[in-house]
Amino acid sequence: MTIGSLIDTPSELTDSASSKSAIVLMTRIRLARNLAGHPFPGWAKPAQREKVLEACTEAVTATTSMKRGLSVGVDDLGELEKRILVERHLISRELSGSKQGSGVVISKDQACSVMINEEDHLRIQMLRAGFQLKKTWSAINDMDSALEDSLDFAFSSTLGYLTACPTNLGTGMRASAMMHLPAMVIANQMEKVVRAVNQLGMVVRGLFGEGSDASGSIFQISNQTTLGESEEEILKRLSGVLQSIIEHELNARARLLEQDSGKLFDKIGRAYGILQNGHVLSSNEAMNLLSLIRLGVDLGVFPDAKRSVTDRLFIEAQPGHLQYAQKGEFEAGQRDLLRAQRLRSEFANFARPDFTLSSIGNN
Amino acid sequence: MANPLKCDLCSKPATVHLTQILDNKVHKVDLCEDCAQEKGVTDPSGFSLADLLLKASLNPETSTASGVRCEQCGFTPNDFKKQGRFGCPACYDAFKGILDPMLEGMHKGTVHSGKVPQKALERKSLYDRLTKLEGDLSEAIKAERYEDAARCRDEINQVRQAVGQKQR
Repeated sequence: MTIGSLIDTPSELTDSASSKSAIVLMTRIRLARNLAGHPFPGWAKPAQREKVLEACTEAVTATTSMKRGLSVGVDDLGELEKRILVERHLISRELSGSKQGSGVVISKDQACSVMINEEDHLRIQMLRAGFQLKKTWSAINDMDSALEDSLDFAFSSTLGYLTACPTNLGTGMRASAMMHLPAMVIANQMEKVVRAVNQLGMVVRGLFGEGSDASGSIFQISNQTTLGESEEEILKRLSGVLQSIIEHELNARARLLEQDSGKLFDKIGRAYGILQNGHVLSSNEAMNLLSLIRLGVDLGVFPDAKRSVTDRLFIEAQPGHLQYAQKGEFEAGQRDLLRAQRLRSEFANFARPDFTLSSIGNN
Repeated sequence: MANPLKCDLCSKPATVHLTQILDNKVHKVDLCEDCAQEKGVTDPSGFSLADLLLKASLNPETSTASGVRCEQCGFTPNDFKKQGRFGCPACYDAFKGILDPMLEGMHKGTVHSGKVPQKALERKSLYDRLTKLEGDLSEAIKAERYEDAARCRDEINQVRQAVGQKQR
């Protein structure tokens, strides 16, 4: 598979069939693994990096999950291609900026990706649309065991899997859910939630991970610690936290409808108007408007089937995807014009809002 | 809760407990009164727990592990201070003295209780056994203990077969 055909193939995230979940957009788990007896990527010499890249690429591409997938060195990717892979959460920003001797292998359905020589020798990642911690864990556990057949991982009986950074020691696992929490943002409750979640040993980040902002009211919630608990225990704890966040968001939605439905409908109606008629839209504004439309779908203002449109546009309105679709590189100002044009055409035939039906969507 | 907390820097009973959230990460530290004074913890505006923790455990003067270097990859505590990451898997043994106090505040526990790479570990124990047998064999030959040598060779063949089965 080539990078071009991968980009043109619908991904797990942009696939319309998968957008049934009202609050959790995506579940993601990653495992950090290293080869015994080799220096970590950040400390390895170029020749050592190449050797690890070769051994890992061979092992990863041989697994059944990666059959007919894409395997490519980071040097062989163009800037725009890297940006698209970051926007689809298939590679990290760190990998996209890395020097020689790094690579990535991506499965055909884009549900699984393995970064090689990022911070660790291997960063195995599994994505699933919706709230699917158990299924995602079972899939990535199988992938990890398959790699173990041919690779000797650095492991200590007391410290578990050894990683470049001690914050990932033990299970090497970071599990996260991408959550759409517009009502809590509108009600100014996110700061409180972040604090509470932190106290429970979980971390809240923006859409694109560390240091990114939460445009579109989308947040990633993941476990902070990796040592001292089994994978199942970590997932159970995370799952509990996520459930309670879902409940809070649903309550916040109910309260908004009860106390301030006029203001809420006004926001949704205006978002619809701007998406249908606007001519200049920044990425951030587009995300926030799409977020309101998605909230409208959850509340029954728009038909349920339209949720997949907003989920697809969350990704296609990003700068990389926009430029790739237009076959060229554009400055930010031009991109805002193109983005608005794109969204106008998407929303020209979008169902009109119906504010009489409103009820709380079920998750 | 009955156990009094110990100071993270000198292990006297801790009386100052601090929690700081930086970039959405929680850092916790417990200090005795003396260390708190010395580190200027009383002025919360101009100080970062993360810095304190890192510097406290890695400062060569106060660290018991000064002059340590990883024999496998040449990594030093100073490199860790600069990068925040280790050089190779063997660094975890070399810098145990620095790592252990750091781990306590970092994770839920200090001992792994999750998945174990069973197949890889079995493979490793077979390889270790093979290396030992090969050593025994050449020693036996050197000492002209031919019966022992024959037994070693048989065992080596058995282990090699087992290794072959473990690999696909």
